Amino acid sequence: MNTKRLLLALFGSLLLAIPGHAASLLITNGIVFTGDEAPSSQLDILIEDGLIEAVASDMSAVEADRVIDAAGRPVTPTLFAGITAAGLSEIGMVYEAVDSRLNELYTGLMHPEFDVRKAYNPLSSVVPVTRIEGYGYTLLAAAFGDRTISGQGSLVRFDGGFNSFEGNTTIFVNVDGYSGNKIGGSRAAHWMLLETAFSSLATKKGSGLWLTHNEHPLINKTGRETLKNTRENGIFVFRANRASDILQALAFSQKHQLKAIISGGQEAWVVREALAASGTPVVINALDNLPGSFDGLGARLDNATLLHAAGVTLLFTSGETHNARKLRQVAGSAVANGLPYEVALSAMTSLPAEIFGGKPRMILPGLRADLVIWSGDPLDVTSAADQVIIDGKLDPMTSRQTELLKRYLPTETGLGRAYINP
Amino acid sequence: MHKPICILVTLLISVAAHSQPEAFPSTYAAPPGQPVLFKNATILTGDGRRFNETDLYIAEGQVQWIGEGEIAHGTIEVDANDRWITPGLIDVHSHLGVYPSPGVAAHSDGNEATAPVTAEVWAEHSVWPQDPGFSRALAGGVTAMQILPGSANLFGGRGVTLKNVPSVSYQSMKFPGAPHGLKMACGENPKRVYGGRTQAPSTRMGNVAAYRSAWIRAQRYQADWDRYNQAVEDAAKAAADDTSGASVASALLTNTPPRRNLELDTLSGALRGDILVHMHCYRADEMLTILDMAKEFGYRVGTFHHGVEAYKIADELAENGVCGALWADWWGFKIEAYDGIQENIALVDRPAGGCAIVHSDSDEGIQRLNQEAAKAMIRGNRAGLDIPPERAIRWITYNAAKSLGIHDRTGSIESGKMADVVLWNQDPFSVYAKPLQVYIDGVMRYEQNNPSLSPQSDFELGQLMGATQ
Repeated sequence: MNTKRLLLALFGSLLLAIPGHAASLLITNGIVFTGDEAPSSQLDILIEDGLIEAVASDMSAVEADRVIDAAGRPVTPTLFAGITAAGLSEIGMVYEAVDSRLNELYTGLMHPEFDVRKAYNPLSSVVPVTRIEGYGYTLLAAAFGDRTISGQGSLVRFDGGFNSFEGNTTIFVNVDGYSGNKIGGSRAAHWMLLETAFSSLATKKGSGLWLTHNEHPLINKTGRETLKNTRENGIFVFRANRASDILQALAFSQKHQLKAIISGGQEAWVVREALAASGTPVVINALDNLPGSFDGLGARLDNATLLHAAGVTLLFTSGETHNARKLRQVAGSAVANGLPYEVALSAMTSLPAEIFGGKPRMILPGLRADLVIWSGDPLDVTSAADQVIIDGKLDPMTSRQTELLKRYLPTETGLGRAYINP
Repeated sequence: MHKPICILVTLLISVAAHSQPEAFPSTYAAPPGQPVLFKNATILTGDGRRFNETDLYIAEGQVQWIGEGEIAHGTIEVDANDRWITPGLIDVHSHLGVYPSPGVAAHSDGNEATAPVTAEVWAEHSVWPQDPGFSRALAGGVTAMQILPGSANLFGGRGVTLKNVPSVSYQSMKFPGAPHGLKMACGENPKRVYGGRTQAPSTRMGNVAAYRSAWIRAQRYQADWDRYNQAVEDAAKAAADDTSGASVASALLTNTPPRRNLELDTLSGALRGDILVHMHCYRADEMLTILDMAKEFGYRVGTFHHGVEAYKIADELAENGVCGALWADWWGFKIEAYDGIQENIALVDRPAGGCAIVHSDSDEGIQRLNQEAAKAMIRGNRAGLDIPPERAIRWITYNAAKSLGIHDRTGSIESGKMADVVLWNQDPFSVYAKPLQVYIDGVMRYEQNNPSLSPQSDFELGQLMGATQ
């Protein structure tokens, strides 16, 4: 390991940040994974004004404002962080700093109009903590909870922008046993309510929908309008683990012509043929191998492998927000259990953008230069992001956590740690 | 407390303890295993040493030798070329069995959250041995673990150290002779649980006041027993001396032992050092408060658990001989976990005498302690701390055994120690590493891709019948 380089990454970040607007950047000798399922190969990457200008085997003759020798290190597009509340949840249990769910004040059973993007804070410490680990974007989610529809979100890019949303509006639907039990004592209640709401979309009026008993309106007018508007271009993420629930979600989506995605999918392998036939992607946590609930009795480590072999499109999520950086380990574990390496890496880079309608995340000429130079295999726990590049600019590679390290790494403390300010 | 008194107290209590049968004793006995010779392995011994292309021989339940030596007739030879061997992994912080899978409400047996001081409860009485998590942890190379009560209470109760052997009872999993642990908790959890009921403690100062009050009661209880035991001894001595004027008072006292109290049995056991203190604590300042309190009452804090800010007081922890059982990268799930950094473990490991441990507190994390240790190792190395694998492996083997008081028997590969070993397909510090074989007391308990050595709990049997494999 090159210690000097690492120290530079840790402590030389200011030096790197100042010329961050360099118009052209040449990365040489990278082992480049472009984002499709093709194996990596040694390439140079030329970046101009934030865009990838060229990707070729030897551009050492090209003059650039700045040159980084990747020296055989892997280079990938920035990674997808999974389905998270990054920028919505500063601290998990400090509820006034968490904006990913609607609480008891709003008692409707479906709130598709609840848009978490309105609460997104790019200055949250979670964003740089995640970004400097090589993650460039996430699917911002209305937290799955007890409601049948918990809200909407979309992709967001970790570029620090207040409005860096991309892709299709995504609606989060719960159809699992846990939430079913909460809303009506049965998961069938979800389908009853969804059917009621979606059937009403074809009629002119939805009268009565928001005037149900027990102060639990099914859906309000705005929510109904949201469903109408998102039915065609939106994406519906169904939270389901049990095989039978997944099949219900597929049938419902087919009937109402929805673009569906399954999230959870612990027993997706059981119904993999149906998933493949309908072209429905599944977002799984590849570490799930315990029957955590009666919805997931069939959870197994080779779920990803079986799904892929059957032709199902896979994505990963860890269920974590603060530790979303763990997702590389999740994907690596899928590979360790039989998933082809390039399939996993594609699911971590380009595929989520494609599925959720974001801008392409690939290393190809003309595309945005969002990429990462890794110290080693990006899917292994023994590697880390050496340099994140967003819009062709070098990320300063600092976060609240690197600042804490700088304060506590020195053994000489002088007047005290509070005086060690980066 | 002065040291001579401590010694005396221990002596007397051990006398008294003999008079009572051990409660819920271990019934674990290793079946006979065949002698095994691992040929040409890379061996991380768990105590800091590394051997390349070296043989290891285990027989009669014990590590026999590393390098060269005699082998018995009928020894099984395992080609360990390009394979790695480590001690069996040990998790000092697990809730398997007490918060088992499936996590239904009726299985929620880890927190007796009905009073802030419940030192009288024992985690083992909540352990469901059919938790499928045990076999998953075994497939991850875990051979022993401590099952702890949760952190709702200031004193959560006793933890138990188990061998990871599938069984119908926890008694037959209990690590023979392992001391009990005492689970204590700092910070947010107890004050949230009880403060939320307008009950003490509702603040951190309330937490400390309640710990101290409990220790004062335990000291009094200990003194009562000391007096009683002294009287018993005096009476016995008088009888032996055949002085007919044996102390009447002593005889009377002998007839009226103090009333046993389960809560104070546990607390006084911790004061004496018979029960090891495992303290859930996140913040640096709170850990220092706890160390002062331990000095006030003359007990030792064995291990701080979670210690997300342990890196801020790494020197103090090392000076006090306290271990830090930590996560590689968890942070931010509550405000006392806000300052978590990925270099925490490496920084706690840095000072001379530092005792860093990777713990899981998770049914997922316990399956890949090697990967958690790998993450911590690489973060230390990137910060310039130069931690080789033979050092990092201590965090999930020897140091963990030390924290549980079983390091004289397991936790490292040394001749005479329990043959708790894992054969890995490669360097264990990788997401691609997997145990090929796991031995406990020299008996192979798990083998990859071998259905006859892949235990399943009763709960898992016959599930999902009809699903296409």
